[in-house]
Amino acid sequence: MTTNQAGVGAADAAAPVVSAVPAIELDGVVKEYPSHGEVVQAVKGVSLTIAEGEFFSLLGPSGCGKTTTMRMIAGFEDPSRGTVKLHGKDVTDVPPNKRDVNMVFQSYALFPHMNVWENVAFGLRRRKTPEAEIKRRVGEMLEIVDLTGKEKRRPREMSGGQQQRVALARALVNRPRALLLDEPLGALDLKLRQAMQTELKRIQREVGITFVYVTHDQSEALTMSDRIAVMNHGLVEQLAGPREIYERPATAFVAGFIGTSNLLSGQVERVDDGFAVLDLGECGQVLVAGAPQKAGERIEVTVRPEKITISTDRPNGRASAICGQVTDVAYLGTYNSYAVSLSTGVEVTVFQQNALDSSTTAERGDSVWLSWQPQHSYAIGS
Amino acid sequence: MRRLTPYLLILPGGLWLLVFLIVPLVYMASVSTMEGDVVNGFAQTFNFAGYLDAFGAYQTQFLRSAVYGLAGTAIAIALAYPMAYWIAFKGGSRKSTYLLLVLLPFFVSFVLRTVSWKFLLADDGILFEPLKSIGVLPEDFRVLQTTVAVVGGLVYNYLPFMVLPIYVALERVDYRVVEAAYDLYASRVGAFTRIVLPLSLPGLFAGVLMTFVPMTADYVNAAILGGPDNTMIGNIIQQQYLVNNDYPVGAALSFTLMAVMLIGIFAYAKALGTQNVLEAAAR
Ligand SMILES: Nc1ncnc2c1ncn2[C@@H]1O[C@H](COP(=O)(O)OP(=O)(O)O)[C@@H](O)[C@H]1O
Ligand SMILES: [Mg+2]
Repeated sequence: MTTNQAGVGAADAAAPVVSAVPAIELDGVVKEYPSHGEVVQAVKGVSLTIAEGEFFSLLGPSGCGKTTTMRMIAGFEDPSRGTVKLHGKDVTDVPPNKRDVNMVFQSYALFPHMNVWENVAFGLRRRKTPEAEIKRRVGEMLEIVDLTGKEKRRPREMSGGQQQRVALARALVNRPRALLLDEPLGALDLKLRQAMQTELKRIQREVGITFVYVTHDQSEALTMSDRIAVMNHGLVEQLAGPREIYERPATAFVAGFIGTSNLLSGQVERVDDGFAVLDLGECGQVLVAGAPQKAGERIEVTVRPEKITISTDRPNGRASAICGQVTDVAYLGTYNSYAVSLSTGVEVTVFQQNALDSSTTAERGDSVWLSWQPQHSYAIGS
Repeated sequence: MRRLTPYLLILPGGLWLLVFLIVPLVYMASVSTMEGDVVNGFAQTFNFAGYLDAFGAYQTQFLRSAVYGLAGTAIAIALAYPMAYWIAFKGGSRKSTYLLLVLLPFFVSFVLRTVSWKFLLADDGILFEPLKSIGVLPEDFRVLQTTVAVVGGLVYNYLPFMVLPIYVALERVDYRVVEAAYDLYASRVGAFTRIVLPLSLPGLFAGVLMTFVPMTADYVNAAILGGPDNTMIGNIIQQQYLVNNDYPVGAALSFTLMAVMLIGIFAYAKALGTQNVLEAAAR
C-alpha cells in the first residue's frame, strides 16, 4: 500500500508537517486466529505509515479487522507475520507495558476500585514519576478534560461522557508518542458524540500527539481525520485524506461505504480530448476526466448524488448527461432525494437543494436529464 | 399488599431460622448455666463453671483449633486462588466442567471421604507401604494421627468453599481492565497486585469466612485422621454432649467458641476491611 497523499483540500492542507521518522509503521502485518480447526485471517496484510502528530483513522465496517490492527500496534496481539515499528524501532516482540503508546478502550476499561485521580495517576506511578510531578500533571490533565473537582469520584458514579474523558486523561497524562482510540465515542448518544468529536480534535491539537482513531462511523472519520485508511475484510482498500476518499473513492467498496454513491458501469467508446467517453446513444454520454482507459475497456464510474443536476431538457456543453425516469421523490428538509431509473435498469440517486422556485422540481413519472461536470465522475479500480 | 411483599418473601426463611437456629440457641444458652445430669434432669442455677472450663481445662484445644483453622485457611488460599484464577481466565468454554470437578467430592459423604483418607494415609496403607518397602521412606514414617493429616483433611474437605467465591469474584473481573493496566506500564506482577487481586478481594474475604469458621469448629477430621495430640475444641464439645452427657459444659464451650469466633471475624473484617486494601492498591 502506498502512502497516497495526492489529495488536496482543506482537510489535507491542515495535515501537520511530516517529520523524518514516522510515528507508526506497519509492514505486511497479518493476524491469524485458529477457529474451529481452521485458520481465519482477521488482518490479511496491512502496511501503512502514520506520521508524527497525525490524526489517523482506521475506518471500516464491523469485523473488518480494525481492532485487531490497533491491538497489534498496542502490543496486545502478536502479528502472525509482518513487523510493527514505533518511531523507527521494531517493537514487534515488545510487550504492551514497554511500548510508548497508550490505548483508550472502547469500553473505557477504567479501574473500578480506584477514583478518578488514582485512575489517571496509574501510569505515572508505574513509571516511578516523582509524587510532586504526578500531582501537577494529573491536575493539568484533569483540567484539559474538564474534570477538575471530580477527582474523588469512582467510575461508576460518572456518566458515560465523563468516564470517556477519564479514559482519555488516563492515557494522555503519560504523554505517549501515540494515542490509540478504539471506537471511543461508540457508546455515547449522538449529541454527546458530536460534542466529544470537537473536544477530541481540540485536545489532539493542544497536546500535539499522534492519534490513531478506530471507527465504523464514516462521518466521524471524515470530519476528524488528517488521513483515513478504509478497511474491508482485513485489508486497506484506500488510504488518503478525507476529501480524496470522498471525491475519489478507489474501489466500489469505498464508494459505497462512504456516503451515498452512484455506480455506473459501461464500455469506453472512445477517448476524446483527454476524456474517456461512455456513449449511451440517444440517452446521452458519460465523460470521465483524466482517465487512462483505452477504447473498448469496461470501467466503473462513481458520481455523488449531490453533484448531479436534474433538468427536463438535455443540457448543452461539455458535461455528462444521461436520461431517465423519476421513480421516487423524497422530501428531506433542506434537499430532495430523487430516485431516477435509467434505460439500462440502473437506479441513480440524486440530491437536489430545495430550490426557491419549487415549480422546477420533477415529479414522479417525469422523464428527466441528469447532468454533472466530468471531473465529478471518477473511474475506480476493480 | 405491595408493601408487604418483601416481608412475605423473607417469611419462610425467617421462620426456618427462628425455629431451627434461634430457639435452640436460646435454649442452649440457658442450658450452659444449668447444673444436674441426664437422669435427674438439669436445673437453672446460673452456674458459670462451664465457661471457666473453656479457658482453664480446654485452653489448649481452643488454641489448637485456632491454629489448625488458620493454617488450613492459609493453605486453602494458596491452593484455591491459582485454581480459581486458572478456571476464570484460562478455562475457556470448559469452565463449568472444571467447576463441577472442584465440586465432585461433595457428591460423596463428608465422613466417607475422610475415612477413605484414613486408608490412604495409613502407616502401612497403599501409599506408604510400597515406598517403605523399597526404602524411600523410613520404617517409622507416618502421617496418620499427626497435625499434617488433620490440617490436610481440613483443607481437602473445605477447599471448594474457598475456590467458589474466589472464582465468582475473578469471573466478574473485566479482562480489558487488566489489559488497560498492562497498557499503562504495569508489569504482570503489578497488574495482578493492583488490579486482579483487589478486585477479587470480596471473594477471598467470603472464602476465608466460609472455610475458617467450619475448619475451626470441625471435629470429624481430628477424630478420624488425628491422634490424641490433635484433639480440637469440636471434639471436646462432641465428647461432652454425646459421651459424658454433660450438656451444660458442652453448651458453655459452644458459646465460648462462637463468641471468640465472632470477635475474631469482626477484628478480621475491620483490619482487612476491603476499603483499606483497595486504597493500598491504588498507590
Ligand atoms: N480472538 C479472536 N479469535 C478469533 N477470531 C477473532 C478474534 N478477534 C477477532 N477475531 C475475528 O477477526 C475479525 C476482525 O475482528 P476485529 O478486529 O475485532 O474487527 P473490527 O474491530 O473491525 O470490528 C472478526 O471477524 C473477528 O471475528
Ligand atoms: Mg472493533
